[in-house]
Amino acid sequence: MRPFDYVEMRVPAKSQYVGVARLTISGLASRIGFTYDDIEDLKIASSEAVTNAVQHAYSDDEDGEVVIGCALYGDKIEIMVADHGQSFNFEETKAKVGPYHDQVEGDFLREGGLGLYLIETLMDEVKVHHQEGVTVFMTKYVGGEQVEEDVETISS
Amino acid sequence: MNIQVDLQESNNVLKGHISGEIDAHTAPVLREKLEAYQNIESLNADLDLSDVNYMDSTGLGVFVAFYKSVNSKGGHLKLSGLSARLKRLFDITGLGDIMDIESAEKGGN
Repeated sequence: MRPFDYVEMRVPAKSQYVGVARLTISGLASRIGFTYDDIEDLKIASSEAVTNAVQHAYSDDEDGEVVIGCALYGDKIEIMVADHGQSFNFEETKAKVGPYHDQVEGDFLREGGLGLYLIETLMDEVKVHHQEGVTVFMTKYVGGEQVEEDVETISS
Repeated sequence: MNIQVDLQESNNVLKGHISGEIDAHTAPVLREKLEAYQNIESLNADLDLSDVNYMDSTGLGVFVAFYKSVNSKGGHLKLSGLSARLKRLFDITGLGDIMDIESAEKGGN
């Protein structure tokens, strides 16, 4: 049994589906116990990624599709957004995405602008993969970024 | 997922009330409505965002563009009634330092 539940959405590359994806991800995140603020962060980050993908996919093909894959773990959510309408093998694609580099991602940055900056600020980990389109892979942990296991919690 | 934009202008004073969600789908509606006022000289604009319950970078982009136009004509744009979430969005992007924004909650830290 794989250690996560996987939910995949495939939506037309049209802006009216950005909100649908955002609300679905909000629903999934609330199932694993994210706080209200974390869910609002996830809504913005996923909207930014889907908005970028919609714009990319649509500019290539008016009938384009965007695929959004969500892996739900006990302590985190991983969201993958691709602007090419192929379903992905989540583990395989995850293995291929590299860390995000300012210089390499110049194009994406220019077009995404503030959007990519917000994704990086609001999520704990972000990776971008360029091959057959752009794939954004982002992670958010329940209760903030994972800390060393032996670090003691300071209670007030 | 909808937006409602009410704008009223008289004697170079623009009062606006925006409610709903501002994202990739609704931002063009907002942009188009604001563009009708962006060339007025010395416009004094106050937009009430207290009923905006969602916004992302597409909304920020619309407000930044309007802010630039209004400024270039010697006017002033104020965004008021921001929820803590909206205020945070302006702050983490650095726009909170540049633009005139006012939170819904007064005082505190």
